[in-house]
Amino acid sequence: MSAPADAPVAATAPTRPVRDRADKLRQLKLVVTFGLVTALVLWMALSIDDPNVLYLNAPLPDKDHQPEAFNGLRLVWIALVICAAALVAAVANVIPRNAWSAVIFGAVGLAFYMAFTIWYYADQTGVVESWIVNPLPSTLKYCPPLVLGALAGVICERAGVINIAIEAQLLMGAFFGWVIAAMAYSNGAGLVAAALAGVVVALVLGLFSLRYHVDQVVVGVVLIALALGLTTFLKGQIPTPEENKDLSTLLSDSPDPLAPIEIPGLSSIPVIGRALFNQSILVYIALLAPFVVWFLLYQTRWGLRVRAVGEHPKAADTVGIRVNRVRWQAITLGGALAGLGGAFFTVGSSTTFNDNASNGQGFMALAAVIMGRWHPVGATMAALFFALTAAMKDDFGLVTKVPSQLIAVAPYLATLIAVAGFVGRVRPPAADGEPYVKD
Amino acid sequence: MSGKRRFRLDGKWVDSVLTTVAAIFLALFIGAVLIALSNEDVVDSMGYFFVYPWDFFSRSFDVVGQSYGKLISASLGSGDALANTLNRSAPLICAGLGVSLAFRSGLFNIGAQGQIILGTLAASYVGFTWDLPGPILLLASVAAGILAGAFWGAIAGFLKAVAGAHEVISTIMLNQVAALGVLAYALSEMKAFQKPGDTLGLPQSPPVPDKAAFPELFGVHLGVVLALVAAAIVWWLLNRSTLGFELRSVGSNPEASRTAGMSTAKVFILTMAIAGALSGLAACMFINGDQASNNESLVGSVGFDAITVALLGRGTPLGSVLAGFLFGALAVGGGAMQTTDAGTAPEVVQVIQSLIVLFVAAPAAVRWLVRQRRKEPTSTFAAKGVTP
Repeated sequence: MSAPADAPVAATAPTRPVRDRADKLRQLKLVVTFGLVTALVLWMALSIDDPNVLYLNAPLPDKDHQPEAFNGLRLVWIALVICAAALVAAVANVIPRNAWSAVIFGAVGLAFYMAFTIWYYADQTGVVESWIVNPLPSTLKYCPPLVLGALAGVICERAGVINIAIEAQLLMGAFFGWVIAAMAYSNGAGLVAAALAGVVVALVLGLFSLRYHVDQVVVGVVLIALALGLTTFLKGQIPTPEENKDLSTLLSDSPDPLAPIEIPGLSSIPVIGRALFNQSILVYIALLAPFVVWFLLYQTRWGLRVRAVGEHPKAADTVGIRVNRVRWQAITLGGALAGLGGAFFTVGSSTTFNDNASNGQGFMALAAVIMGRWHPVGATMAALFFALTAAMKDDFGLVTKVPSQLIAVAPYLATLIAVAGFVGRVRPPAADGEPYVKD
Repeated sequence: MSGKRRFRLDGKWVDSVLTTVAAIFLALFIGAVLIALSNEDVVDSMGYFFVYPWDFFSRSFDVVGQSYGKLISASLGSGDALANTLNRSAPLICAGLGVSLAFRSGLFNIGAQGQIILGTLAASYVGFTWDLPGPILLLASVAAGILAGAFWGAIAGFLKAVAGAHEVISTIMLNQVAALGVLAYALSEMKAFQKPGDTLGLPQSPPVPDKAAFPELFGVHLGVVLALVAAAIVWWLLNRSTLGFELRSVGSNPEASRTAGMSTAKVFILTMAIAGALSGLAACMFINGDQASNNESLVGSVGFDAITVALLGRGTPLGSVLAGFLFGALAVGGGAMQTTDAGTAPEVVQVIQSLIVLFVAAPAAVRWLVRQRRKEPTSTFAAKGVTP
């Protein structure tokens, strides 16, 4: 920089906010990320030859609903504008540090998803052209175990009890939900049984961690192994028809999985109607639960106590809160939620129980808890993002423009980038994992 | 638990052994109840329990005796059985060491599964594509497995050190990427990983040639020795090296370590790289040891079992070796239980394994259950500050 130019810079310098290294690094990360996303969307926009793509506004085509062609390129350009706007904001360093940044990230993510979907389905070479479907209905259909599991984790950890055992609660909920639903021939009974099975796991967690002060991570890991072994063992003990006709027929005759309940009127809202208002009861529970948990934790006296025993149990004890009693209540509620989430794998979607039905979803819920920074709304958002995984696997399978494995791992890679780049250091509740012993 | 541990017969040590033995027996007892209740004859005899109770007890003893007899004879009873057990223990020991080491630095490494998967891919790829003379090929294959595991582990350490990414999230994600991405891609898209003439069934790779396999002696392959050597190295690393001192120091108090001038970033990256290398060595037990074909389910749940091995071993190398051996024996013997007249399902073993870990971790609970009240000892678990 030449000498004369120095003067105006020096004159404006005092009015500039002081910028430390972390702030500059954050700006650099944002510019690089949004720059890459914008470049990628631009490349996709330019590489589309035939802008027409098919869209189907129903799960399957029928006589009222046929795939319709529309100009997808326009949407890609809109996505590009959104991404470019975010890039400009990042270059100008005006991206806020509060919850609005999550909104901006969400907008860029959605824009990229939209552009990618259109690029993916455009210019197909196959004999039969595949069509785009709305990803929201299947995302929400798959969300109960993730959302309810993540909320269970949030409630337990806000009370200071680490809940690794979400996976165990999902699995036990799935198994006992299935058994009881078949025995009573009632899905309602199955749901109640699933919640109770989750509670039983929570009680074992509480017995060992709150009463015997065993390391909570150890108990959690052990409970997962125990639940996996126990459910597989019990499933194997179900007699064949030759051995015990009554019991075998009883268990093979499950009621049909929970049917979607359509809310008339609301379900015909375009785009979101079928997703939000034509789902099974379990999905409605999963969609309402975040609000309920948020209300419980932040608007009630009980919630204040839960957060107090999770942050500073001694202070809570000093003002007369019974620390372990509140913790027992919190993990019991958490167990019920996670158990209910587990019912999705059996009562919610199938008539049988497959070994290891939860297949790692409890771990994804655990990741959602941390990514959502132990806040019910954040954890729910993260869980919904993971639910999109399952939906994408379903929806994107028919076209092979990109290796299917890349689509399968895209959400996990995105999570890694998000955690490494932007979520950064997270702070668990101060007393998380520490048993409270009165002096 | 201090790193320096002398084998004196003082009260604490005896206590620890007694608790472990009591925990194993308690877990076996609960397992016995499950075995008895899962047997038809026993359940039948319960129908007339109050008329003729002896039938119930004799049948239960019979069934449990058969099952546990087979469990022991099939895992330890003969030379072949012992060799089987040792071979099965080797991957558990290695991966358990990796998880233990990470625990000691305060990191919860859920990522052994992904690290093992990467290790199997690299070891088998080098094993069946490179054309090298025998021993060098074996060396290259094992080195590739170790390096791939170390690389996958180091990613999580790097993200933790540089960006503060929580290792629980990043290792879970890396597991998924390894299984659904790298492994699935290699098996379905890469020619080298497709067994020639095997178009039906699950996609699987060819096994490595004999010259890339661990040599065997009495049915025990060289990998078992390597696992024990790895344990010795980890012991030396933890208790006698500067890095080990820093590692334990960061594990017990990262803030104080940083104030004392240690680089937590260096410790996190190196710890996860070494943990990954150990998992990579575990991968070689499948590829070079068993000469297994790489497929979707080759690794099974070893990466997860490694966590329980590390917990049972209380974060120490010797503990991991013993716990790995115990779990290996239970796995081998558990599979054999099905062949007895009692026909006990092998899943009982998994229940027993997890109960052992639970009871070992809860000495107070064991005392309460065996009605032996004494003063409660201090925490049994080494890895303080593991807060996911």
